[in-house]
Amino acid sequence: MNFNYKIKGGDFSAAGRASSEIKKILKKLNVNPKVIKRIVVALYEAEVNVVAHADKGSINAEIDSEKIRITVVDEGPGIADIDLAMTEGFSTASSKVREMGFGAGMGLPNMKKNADILNIKSKVGQGTMVELITFFKS
Amino acid sequence: MRTKEFYHSLKVDKDLCYGCTHCLQSCPTKAIRIVKGKAIIMENRCIDCGECMRACPVHAIYVEQDDFSQIFEYKNRIAIVPAVFIGQFSLKKSYEEIISAIKETGFTDVYLAEDSVEIINDIMLNDYNTGREKPLISTFCPAIVRLIQIKFPALVENIIPVKSPADATAQYFINQTGKKDIEHKETGIFYVTPCPAKIADLKVQSSNKKTLITGVINMNTLYNKVYHILEVKNKSKNTKPQAMQTALSAKILQWSLTGGEAENMKGRCLAIDEVHNVIKFLEKVEDGEISNVKFLELRACDHGCAGGVLMTENRFITVERIKHRASKLPKSVNKNINTKEYQNLYKNITNINIEARPVDSLDDDMEQAFLKMKKIRHLMCYLPGIDCGACGVPDCQTLAKDVVAKKAHLSNCVFIQRGMEKNYKLSPEHSIKIIEKIWGEKRLEKNCNKKGAENETI
Ligand SMILES: Nc1ncnc2c1ncn2[C@@H]1O[C@H](COP(=O)(O)OP(=O)(O)O)[C@@H](O)[C@H]1O
Ligand code: SF4
Ligand SMILES: [Mg+2]
Repeated sequence: MNFNYKIKGGDFSAAGRASSEIKKILKKLNVNPKVIKRIVVALYEAEVNVVAHADKGSINAEIDSEKIRITVVDEGPGIADIDLAMTEGFSTASSKVREMGFGAGMGLPNMKKNADILNIKSKVGQGTMVELITFFKS
Repeated sequence: MRTKEFYHSLKVDKDLCYGCTHCLQSCPTKAIRIVKGKAIIMENRCIDCGECMRACPVHAIYVEQDDFSQIFEYKNRIAIVPAVFIGQFSLKKSYEEIISAIKETGFTDVYLAEDSVEIINDIMLNDYNTGREKPLISTFCPAIVRLIQIKFPALVENIIPVKSPADATAQYFINQTGKKDIEHKETGIFYVTPCPAKIADLKVQSSNKKTLITGVINMNTLYNKVYHILEVKNKSKNTKPQAMQTALSAKILQWSLTGGEAENMKGRCLAIDEVHNVIKFLEKVEDGEISNVKFLELRACDHGCAGGVLMTENRFITVERIKHRASKLPKSVNKNINTKEYQNLYKNITNINIEARPVDSLDDDMEQAFLKMKKIRHLMCYLPGIDCGACGVPDCQTLAKDVVAKKAHLSNCVFIQRGMEKNYKLSPEHSIKIIEKIWGEKRLEKNCNKKGAENETI
């Protein structure tokens, strides 16, 4: 099953919409609440990153009876050094974004911690693709 | 993990119900269906919040209660009355007058349900101090506890395990006087309730023999009796009101209003009222969007129990009166925590177990749930997404779900029927039959007695 959502850069009020919808779907599928929580946290961070750092993006969630595979694709500045971006506390967020309570540099590390598999591909000046895979049963 | 069903106090009067979509649409848990022109409440989804009762245009939904006269089967007749009852009466009436009038209806003793809030508050604060994961959630409103059990199972562990004020007050009374009188039916304890949720909660416990409350009286029933005594019967007489049996405090009086608990907890606390607001907020909590909140006071009714469905007075006026009275009282009453009494009561009222009863999963088996969701999504390609409720189900998605669960037919949708007629798959007679199955016989015939029609009789 496929679920698709759109994200607009800069629209912080809408960040979390997709993760909330995905949560409702997973509850209907009787997925363990603890696993749902991990998926929601990881996806929320990915959503926020598009809102905070990119121009626009889209989310595709592919669900089968064993796992969820989420791809978040955006058009934006891209990430020059992914390893550096992955370090805890690293952030290029503007002061404006920080004032809104985002930009602590914990988003990518949190995604890594919560998703079973995290893949990032990025081209500077073009955009970023984040893939999050989580299995329902460990 | 399907356990025993809830007890429910909300009932549909089949003679009055004429089948409309008001309750169907207003139910926050989608617990209502229309069958043969009458509303049916689904036991596993109903949380007894009373939203359907508020929405019903013909008062066909009512709250089951025990017969008032049953109190006279007992020698000692104890009334446990929520403090909001005081707010139903003008500030000109003294506490003593109101309490004496309650006694005059037939009770031998009257206690406020919230007499026990000091110890409940202690229990809540002690739970807070254990350092377990926050936010903690109050058990005060039973409709919200049920909501969490069925819709937010992952948050069940955040609920503070403590009994309701009414139960705790009853327990206190029993601990004072001993159980013998209750067992020998010398004493009956009656709870006067502001809402169906409190009744349902007590009845469930009594079926497990866990409550000490003998029966429940709806607040509007008692109101009518007390009002009559105060304004008609005693108006001319010069009766001297009796003194109160327990000490009053602002905390006792305001506990059931919005903010009543939150104001007495520690850290960052939020008080949220009205069931739809609560649902939206719990979604956020579940999504991890709420951080650093330590305590949530959640109530199904706007303005807390002042807005309970069985309340007579306007809720804004009730709140104003209670706040005014509270401003003249000490903040709280003294308690003696080192006594044996206190410790026994503490043990008695923390001994409860609240378990999750999820209703949203499509199947216990994930594989099956997955297949069902696929089917629902496929059906949604055909349903119009108008959410009119003409199928007797709250909205298109719920119809799709009911069809997949084999509880409804796709042809119950009036728009699907039009398409089938066009393709000669359904005769006009048959489609009328389908409508009558949902909305009752002769439903499509002229009837001038219905609400809003020429000879309206409701
Ligand atoms: N979608 C994205 N597009 C561009 N840059 C990104 C994106 N996601 C992350 N980054 C870069 O990686 C850094 C670290 O990301 P993260 O760990 O989420 O912290 P934060 O978002 O709080 O800055 C960001 O500051 C940003 O420079
Ligand atoms: S807020 Fe009070 S009156 Fe309303 S349902 Fe909850 S307990 Fe009952
Ligand atoms: Mg981030």
